[in-house]
Amino acid sequence: MSDANLHHTPLDALHIELGGRMVPFAGYSMPVQYEGIMAEHNHTRDAAGLFDVSHMGQARYVGDESALEKLITADLTALQPGEQKYTLLPNEQGGILDDLMVSRPDADGVFLVVNAATKEADFARIAKATQGKGTLEILADRALLALQGPKAKDVMARLAPDAAKMVFMQCGHFDLLGTDAIISRSGYTGEDGFEISIPAAEAERIARVLLAEPEVKPIGLGARDSLRLEAGLCLYGHDMDETKTPVEATLMWAVAKPRRERKDFPGAETVMAMFADGPQRKRVGFTMAGAPAREGAEIVKDGNTIGVVTSGGFGPTVGGPVGMAYVDTEFAVPGTEIEILVRDKARPATIAKMPFVEQRYYRG
Amino acid sequence: MSTHFTKDHEWIRVEGDEAVVGITAYAAEQLGDVVFVELPATGKSFGQGDEMAVVESVKAASEVYAPVSGEIVAVNDALEDAPQTVNEAPTGDGWFVRIKLADKSQLDGLMDEAAYKQHIA
Repeated sequence: MSDANLHHTPLDALHIELGGRMVPFAGYSMPVQYEGIMAEHNHTRDAAGLFDVSHMGQARYVGDESALEKLITADLTALQPGEQKYTLLPNEQGGILDDLMVSRPDADGVFLVVNAATKEADFARIAKATQGKGTLEILADRALLALQGPKAKDVMARLAPDAAKMVFMQCGHFDLLGTDAIISRSGYTGEDGFEISIPAAEAERIARVLLAEPEVKPIGLGARDSLRLEAGLCLYGHDMDETKTPVEATLMWAVAKPRRERKDFPGAETVMAMFADGPQRKRVGFTMAGAPAREGAEIVKDGNTIGVVTSGGFGPTVGGPVGMAYVDTEFAVPGTEIEILVRDKARPATIAKMPFVEQRYYRG
Repeated sequence: MSTHFTKDHEWIRVEGDEAVVGITAYAAEQLGDVVFVELPATGKSFGQGDEMAVVESVKAASEVYAPVSGEIVAVNDALEDAPQTVNEAPTGDGWFVRIKLADKSQLDGLMDEAAYKQHIA
């Protein structure tokens, strides 16, 4: 896609002013880094980072919620006002079309946040399946910011004190600098933090105020990726996709118990049979020394191919290469020694427990 | 002593019959934080333009090509423990290899500093 065809977020001019190195990502021109991935990663772990994630899809669904629930793996009847859940959008084969956040920030239906690359397909699927039963309003005029890191709460306590009282996976409406913001206590870094949905027209003003706080620096997509990888969080299209089930992706925790029992989500028969029998392959973490194994690298054991890397890179907090892979289940036990082909050379690696860096969510 | 540059952003500083090779400050800046450098074995020979080393940043791996033909007579082992030196001093302590020149005339086809500055402008 040429630059001329790229979408721009409401913070585009600010990214450029801040020296962001802009790259195409999921159809958007996005900052991959400002001062450098390593420094930005470390700053987020030590203080607070501000991420522009306005490329992600935001929508509100109002109406018969059982029609929406049939498409996802959450128990919407159990989703209380002020709560957020991580859920999946499976296909009829039990593969994963997307992962998303569903929340109830107010009395007006549910609020959805989906991945940028899949948002059009997701919203089309939801609109079609709920036709005549509910209304899906795509909120294209809203920006989404993520404020992440151990000091995010201190910043929020100054700017929107009530929002700072939430615990992990809570959400609501809060006055943020005179604007009605939908804020959740969640994120994609493994750190405590917030995701902040605001009208696009207010985004630059609010981002500038947040960046003026002493703890906060702008963080690009590069560090977002290394942070989420260390936290053991899946990247859609890489660590999971429509060819992998929630069982293989080790995401069954995102399939609510009543939904498992009722087997009433798309692909449920396939998924629940695999859950009962155990999968042939599953998602694991690995660590190694030296050159990082990247996505697509082949994993071998005693000369046989046993899997493939789906995300890999250098983990700045770990201080070495980390990654995620799908391997044959018999080799999925943490501590198993494997080899990964990096530039045709077999390099030793070890299956490791995730997260690689302890998650530090605020649970009260 | 003269320094030449390639379009792939390697520099080569000639010292008699040998030359020291590294990547330019521009290349280091574009790569971002270097986390690993894979260097060739001493004694190995390369043709001009052959893939000679790999530099890994947080995000990606990039090849480094031999700017001229020759044999590797030394490598910068210090990069193993301190790959960030490539970012800190790309044309100094962040050098990659020392190469014994096979054909000095190949240097004539490379850029001088002024031409390289033009190339990255």
